[in-house]
Amino acid sequence: MKRINRRLLLKGATAGGAYAAAQAVTGFPTVWAQNTKDVALVHAGGSYAAIKEIGDQASKDLGFKVVMQAITDDVQLNRSLTQPTTIDINNIDSTKMPYLVGKGVLAPIPVAKYKLWGDTVPLFTKGSYPNGTMASTQGLAPIEAMFYEAGDGKKLASKPTEFLTMIPTIYNADTLGIRPDLVGGKDKVTSWKDLLDPRFKGKTALVDYAPVGVMDVAMALEARGDFKYKDKGNMTKEEIDKTIKIMVDLKKGGHFRSFWSTFDQSVNLMASGEVVIQSMWSPAVTAVRSRGIDCYYVPLKEGYRGWYVGLAPMAHLGGLKLDCAYEYMNWFNSGWQGGFIAKQGYYSAVPSTAKKFLTPEEWDYWYDGKPAALDIKDPYGTLMEKKGSVRDGGAIWDRMGNIACWNTVMDEDRYLTRRWNEFISS
Amino acid sequence: MTSIEQAAPWPEEDRPVENTGERASWFQVAPLVIVLSLFFGLPMIVVLVVSFFDFDRTDIIPAFILDNYVELFTREVTLRLYASSLKFAVMVWLVTLLLGFNIAYFLVFHVRSLLMQIGLFLVCTVPFLTSNIIRMISWIPFLGRNGIFNQSLQGAGITSKPLEFLLFSDFAVVVAYVHLFTLFMVVPIFNSMARIDKSLLEASRDAGAGRVRTVFEIVLPLSKTGIALGSIFVVTLVMGDSFVVRTMSGGQSASVVSALQNEVAALQYPPAAASAVIMVVIVTLMVAGILRLVDVRKELAR
Repeated sequence: MKRINRRLLLKGATAGGAYAAAQAVTGFPTVWAQNTKDVALVHAGGSYAAIKEIGDQASKDLGFKVVMQAITDDVQLNRSLTQPTTIDINNIDSTKMPYLVGKGVLAPIPVAKYKLWGDTVPLFTKGSYPNGTMASTQGLAPIEAMFYEAGDGKKLASKPTEFLTMIPTIYNADTLGIRPDLVGGKDKVTSWKDLLDPRFKGKTALVDYAPVGVMDVAMALEARGDFKYKDKGNMTKEEIDKTIKIMVDLKKGGHFRSFWSTFDQSVNLMASGEVVIQSMWSPAVTAVRSRGIDCYYVPLKEGYRGWYVGLAPMAHLGGLKLDCAYEYMNWFNSGWQGGFIAKQGYYSAVPSTAKKFLTPEEWDYWYDGKPAALDIKDPYGTLMEKKGSVRDGGAIWDRMGNIACWNTVMDEDRYLTRRWNEFISS
Repeated sequence: MTSIEQAAPWPEEDRPVENTGERASWFQVAPLVIVLSLFFGLPMIVVLVVSFFDFDRTDIIPAFILDNYVELFTREVTLRLYASSLKFAVMVWLVTLLLGFNIAYFLVFHVRSLLMQIGLFLVCTVPFLTSNIIRMISWIPFLGRNGIFNQSLQGAGITSKPLEFLLFSDFAVVVAYVHLFTLFMVVPIFNSMARIDKSLLEASRDAGAGRVRTVFEIVLPLSKTGIALGSIFVVTLVMGDSFVVRTMSGGQSASVVSALQNEVAALQYPPAAASAVIMVVIVTLMVAGILRLVDVRKELAR
């Protein structure tokens, strides 16, 4: 007992210095910095979001420790539900929200606790674009996943309320990746239907993840005019059956070269030329390009598949730790993280703060879709794009403004998983 | 009951006679029993129990329902998955057996010097100094459309177009399995062959048997313990695999375990547990079948 007290005392003495430093760096009021030295927050999320450098910077700016844990989606969901106390800050992909709502593992966030709500893009606060038009609500749109009906966090509201499910952090518009040199040029792929085009027989890949893989095919089928879905993001059993049947026929005909399950696999498939068109994440396209191989995240006329993630404090947090959690979440969107992640091609929910941590040239390239005035580098300083290149799809609202469907979890997800298994084994 | 006991009698001299000896043997076996029951028995019981539970999107609900098994047995995909896993098991077993037997034969009967024998045996194990995953993944750039193998074939003018079936195919899966698992066949067969009295081979030759006849009538029967053990390793490893199938087939083929993993990822534990229970039963039956053909215990005590 005595020993612990003495250690706390020593920590308290040094915390004064940390307090001053934190003040100077970020201007955040860390009034209780004396006590927070011993706080450690576990931030768990996908490897694309739970990045060590961000945790290190937060620890430096805030005076308490943020431990980043990059874990896979299923592990995250499992831990959130079965061992919720092993996570403090849950970096949630919107499609996990339906699994977590009403389970009492996440703490609803009163809007007042989040200082940057007013500066957040209206996509999250109102469900609309800056020009006032409403965003697509196919799939799980931001407006549908951002709010609880009440402070008990039992149900989602689908309209603005006083209680947030999470603080939106990053989002992007996904599309297909192509090898322009192997498909005959950037302009040879213009529609989702090209994913199923016999030209690319044996040279096409999908992500081996049912909700996204099926959605990509659904976009293609709709574009090809096979049929129209009522809501691609929430298919009926019949719609799933129809889609899977076509997919099985395609697979038996040798249309697909591969189904990838990791980021690296998708990069290697593309870089080696095994595949010339496939579902892909934006940083994977960049990774192929950084090997000097032409790869293009092609804007398609039917629009993009959108996604977004956010941070939610876990329900077991209380007292000082909860205060730190809010402090951290406010820090998260205050600019440093937004600037860092912009250089990986993701957008910040509060672009005005991210702008402060980007050079004007970087901002113009990543957010405004202008030709790069200088060579563009990734967050680690590696050259990504040469001077003069332009971001695929253009400026933020040309890309995000053209979301056809959001990543989602369907009501029939159990059935979908089953049928996907049958597809893969067919 | 009695007929089984008669069928597999304990050799009289192996039976523990003395009381103290019996107690000692209980002590000797205790650590294994404890480890097995804690880390195998107990989890297995949990899996069995959960396989009868109900579930919704996120929770498993204690119940006693047969739905998970009914669904498993009535779905066509189950049969297809087992057929696919069995197909790989048989193909890999045949190839590794052929390779393993010949490699072991060469090491035991053709390499005269003991030092050389040990040296070559160690060479066989060298690939095991790298991780399984790296060894498997290195096949991908080798077999790919623009891989080294295809480029050499085209360079030599043997083919004009790249061979597509080399990668992301059943062929690639079997190649990787054979590469990964052949040693599991070599080692036990080598071990069995090394125990064969060389004078038996000489006697066989003196009696006028050719090399082939000696192999089939002397070496093969006397190596069957090793073959049985190697077969158990290879068959259970292939049946229980999901990673190799998934990676080398480029996600084109599935195995029983990879389908089970998809269910776990979707938080559907009870059906995954039911699938695991059936898997354990089937693999146990396969192992029992192999042991039925070869009495490994008797051969090892020889």
